[in-house]
Amino acid sequence: MTVPLLKVDNLRIALAGDGATYNAVENVSFEIGRGEAFGLVGESGCGKSITALAVMGLLRRPLSLGGGRIALDGEEIQDASPAEMRRLRGKRIAMIFQEPMTALNPLSPVGKQIAEMFVLHEGMGWNEAMDRAEEALRQVRVPSPERRIKDYPHQLSGGMRQRVMIAIALACGPDLLVADEPTTALDVTVQAEIIDLMAELCAAKGTAILMISHDLGLVANMCKRVAVMYAGRIVESQAAEAIFATPSHPYTRGLVDSLPRLGERSKRGRQRLREISGVVPSIAAYPAGCRFNPRCPSVTDVCREMVPEATPLPAEGLVRCHHHG
Amino acid sequence: MLLVLGRRLANVIPTLLAVIALVFLLFSVLPGSFISGMNEDGRSTIDPAVMERMRKEMGLDDPLLERFGKYVAATVTGDLGTSFRTREPVTKMLSNRIWPSLKLVLAAMTFAIAVGVTLGFLAALKPGSWIDTASMVGAISGLSLSQFWFGLMLMYLFALKLQWLPSFGYGDGGLRHLILPAVALGVGPMALLARTTRAAVLDVLNADFVRTARSKGMSERRVVEWHVLRNALVLVITIVGLQFGSLMGQAVVVEKLFAWPGVGSLMVDSVFQRDMPTVQGCILMIVLFFLAINTLVDLAYVVIDPRIRYQ
Repeated sequence: MTVPLLKVDNLRIALAGDGATYNAVENVSFEIGRGEAFGLVGESGCGKSITALAVMGLLRRPLSLGGGRIALDGEEIQDASPAEMRRLRGKRIAMIFQEPMTALNPLSPVGKQIAEMFVLHEGMGWNEAMDRAEEALRQVRVPSPERRIKDYPHQLSGGMRQRVMIAIALACGPDLLVADEPTTALDVTVQAEIIDLMAELCAAKGTAILMISHDLGLVANMCKRVAVMYAGRIVESQAAEAIFATPSHPYTRGLVDSLPRLGERSKRGRQRLREISGVVPSIAAYPAGCRFNPRCPSVTDVCREMVPEATPLPAEGLVRCHHHG
Repeated sequence: MLLVLGRRLANVIPTLLAVIALVFLLFSVLPGSFISGMNEDGRSTIDPAVMERMRKEMGLDDPLLERFGKYVAATVTGDLGTSFRTREPVTKMLSNRIWPSLKLVLAAMTFAIAVGVTLGFLAALKPGSWIDTASMVGAISGLSLSQFWFGLMLMYLFALKLQWLPSFGYGDGGLRHLILPAVALGVGPMALLARTTRAAVLDVLNADFVRTARSKGMSERRVVEWHVLRNALVLVITIVGLQFGSLMGQAVVVEKLFAWPGVGSLMVDSVFQRDMPTVQGCILMIVLFFLAINTLVDLAYVVIDPRIRYQ
């Protein structure tokens, strides 16, 4: 068996606050193969973004790594020194953030912010790095890159800024691209362009993607495998097609049912879009047992008392539900 | 850039006119005049006929509007009038005083920026450390100190006890006489700058783009040099400008205390003697300085922050 590019095993992220420590994320495990696109889906606050930050080694107070292992290419990096992590970040694992409005330094020309990557990781001088930055902008299809490299972020549209972010992230040809809600802040028409661009460039360079989003449809389109997170735990992971065809966890079913579908109305008449009742519990008040139990339509006593074990599904999938099968 | 400068200068003129009017009207409603002041101390008795003639000469009996009109007309041409007391042109008296004042204000601000911004930075980079605690305690003390008391303490320690520095006066205009008054004047802005810088740097350190910078694999030092410094500077420069501008006005107390021959001490003396033209000249000078510094700050924004372009 080949070694996966990224292996996250039993990850726990601790949140310190109010004199107590909570587990913002626990028991999270997944693997991403070389060049593979993997999706992590969940509502706001379920722990998907901080899982990404943990992989980057960028957790900051009050968050910290509570336990578990993160291995890149078979090499464990959870205890790597800051200097070792710096050499990995940007060079081998890169990240794109949600807000292209604020993720770029407003006082620095975008070309320079791309060029920094070449200066940092490839030891280039600024002149050479700026030439490469122009090339990188051309690759992400920013029109007239020779002029744009001198532009400041406020002179670019949201979509263009996210292209710049992609250019920065892919500058040094990383093995893994962590994309944290890369299109959430963009117009719908621009979203598709950005996703296509990202997928295309990563495919060309053999870069694996860890795609993080609340949008199940978007992730399923782009990724081969998808994991669904709820309240700090992975509740189900499956191949992308299987998630839609046979969602196994009640939460996943709820997510799938809440997506509007084209053509449905002509087949089944006008119907109210289904929703998942209730709200996500707060970290300080996670319920015992299965954390989805207060909102679950098929809840029983065992769900309120015992944390469900992972049950394997066909094709390397798994689900955590007492009522599966 | 020139356009920005032009627009700023166009804004300065109405402000100046308003200040001139305010100062003039304020003095016209104050009780007493230069002449009555001469009699009040009881040392001199002046013939009422002489007093009457002086009032005429100085135009003190003319209607308010007429005096105001004459004053504005003269001021616009650069004539600030003649001092009642010394019979010298006010412009000449001011020109003797402006250089010492500028020197004091510049020295105080240099001290405030050098110490305050440095302390603020160190405190922000290591929040919760001893240097953070020490500099913030220092900053709060600095803000709460009265200039007058602090100046006296400086004199006591460095001039009287240690005898390192002269206690007052301008001397030959060298650095030795400058240090104590500059520190006394600069301690307030220094404290404020330390606090503002700390807050600004902490603010920027939590910004999204700093997280981006870290995700690029930059060392914390590079993150600060390449991304934090400039952004924090935008916030700091506002405070620098405000403090700097008002410093010449604040210098009144320190100048008086250290017998520094600046605009501030001239103003205080002139107020006591109801020497209206001189007081007006001093205030005008202080306001001009404030406006000039503000204009410079606006220009600095344009240089530092590409988002700011005055349309």
